[in-house]
Amino acid sequence: MQKLIPGTNGSGQPPAEVRDLRKVYGEVTAVDGISFTLGDGSITALLGGNGAGKTTTISMLMGLVIPTSGEARVFGADMARERHNVLHRMNFGSPYVDVPMRLTVRQNLEIFARLYGVRDLKGRVAEIAADLRLTDLLDRRYGKLSAGQKTRVSLAKALLNEPELLLLDEPTASLDPDTADWVRSKLESYCREQRATLVLASHNMAEVERLATRVIMLENGRIIADETPAELIKRFGRDTLEEVFLAIARRGSEDTEMGS
Amino acid sequence: MSRAVSRLREQTSLAASASRVWAMVLRYWYVIRSSWPRTAELVYWPLVQMLMWGFLQSYLAQTTSFAAKAAGLFIGAVLLWDILVRSQLGFAVAFLEEIWSRNLGHLMMSPLRPSELVAALIAVSLIKLMVAMVPVALLAYLFFGFNVLSLGFAFAAFFANLVIMSWSLGLISTGVVLRWGLGAESFAWLIVFVFLPLCCVYYPVATLPVWLQPVALALPPTYVFEGLRAIVLDGTFLGTYMLAALALNLVYFVLGFAAFAYLLHSARVNGTLVQMGE
Repeated sequence: MQKLIPGTNGSGQPPAEVRDLRKVYGEVTAVDGISFTLGDGSITALLGGNGAGKTTTISMLMGLVIPTSGEARVFGADMARERHNVLHRMNFGSPYVDVPMRLTVRQNLEIFARLYGVRDLKGRVAEIAADLRLTDLLDRRYGKLSAGQKTRVSLAKALLNEPELLLLDEPTASLDPDTADWVRSKLESYCREQRATLVLASHNMAEVERLATRVIMLENGRIIADETPAELIKRFGRDTLEEVFLAIARRGSEDTEMGS
Repeated sequence: MSRAVSRLREQTSLAASASRVWAMVLRYWYVIRSSWPRTAELVYWPLVQMLMWGFLQSYLAQTTSFAAKAAGLFIGAVLLWDILVRSQLGFAVAFLEEIWSRNLGHLMMSPLRPSELVAALIAVSLIKLMVAMVPVALLAYLFFGFNVLSLGFAFAAFFANLVIMSWSLGLISTGVVLRWGLGAESFAWLIVFVFLPLCCVYYPVATLPVWLQPVALALPPTYVFEGLRAIVLDGTFLGTYMLAALALNLVYFVLGFAAFAYLLHSARVNGTLVQMGE
């Protein structure tokens, strides 16, 4: 199931590489020996039902969780031991992780710009705010924003340092369809222009079909599919990725019911 | 030299490290500045304590000769005790802000290193301490005529020893919260109070049972409060006590940082960094 795609970024290393990755919590195996390599400029969706192992895999790619065995490497750095060598080249966004509520959008973005060593931080904050239609919100407290506005701030924070590897969890959650479509266009153009690599966890299958060039589907911590969305749809004889996802999920639940 | 290597060099420079520490200090300063109730809360308890002990001492001074001789002993002790408490809480609460605001994931995923986070927490604990204690020390002078600065160099030695101890306690308490989540939050609030009876804030070490005295003498703040009594009662500065406290403090700080680093590693092994909650 492993696909090897050589990296061509400045370091000559693939943006992300996972080898025999395994994470066990007590008696629960969250991730069970998965391997994959992501190429430069690729957009990969990590899919799976709740508890499939997506969050644990992304957490190990960020170095927030140390694997039980195997390796998660980013630009060649082992994320369990050498994450600080590459953290400035990556970023992440999630609607489930906030920035400080009492601070204004500008204060938050400037603080993260400093943390990521962004040059001309005021200029960059103004630029990203204009790009993500946040200029009018810059001096409002983050805690006073709507859910959709917060999602845009989260995206602005994730793009501040122009990351070469971007990890996004539900990037268009809480956005209205028009804004969600606009954000997807932004992400597409960002990855194309910067040749950035995007790893996406999403339950919005239409979004995955539109953005992803590759889908890695997880079930019970294992990879059960690793191909393009079109290949996946064809292999399962369905019309959409959503139908494929439902077919796999229902097959899983039938197996569980039969097992019990 | 490739762009990746040059960016890595930039990121690992001292200037970049200082900039990240400054970013975190700004982050905490913005929070203090944004809420006057929080600022008032910083001053509230030290002020209540100072007034209560000040009036008690005034009363005792009228009725007992010892208290009359020991003017400033209680107020001095309560001010120094509050330095320890406020500095530890300033450190720990600043860290708890990250969990309450669900920002910890962003920080842990950023280039901010654990040592830089600790440096920022130390800086913010000092800022909060100044916000809390400067008005209280001024009021202690106005109400009771006790000028903490009249202790001179001794005050600097007391202050340094107390804040270093507070950082060691802050490191341990934040490490515990990192590892066990918000369920352990009360530990961060309460850890310092176990030192109130053991460090002999209001009475000499000799008051403790003999078996408990070695425990008290293993704690740096004990030497500070013994030193305060020596100055107020006898006018003597116990320099050796301050050096002993400093030596102990260095040991505790190294142990505190080691505990923080170990508990952070343990949180990464157990996955609690991404499941921060109760």
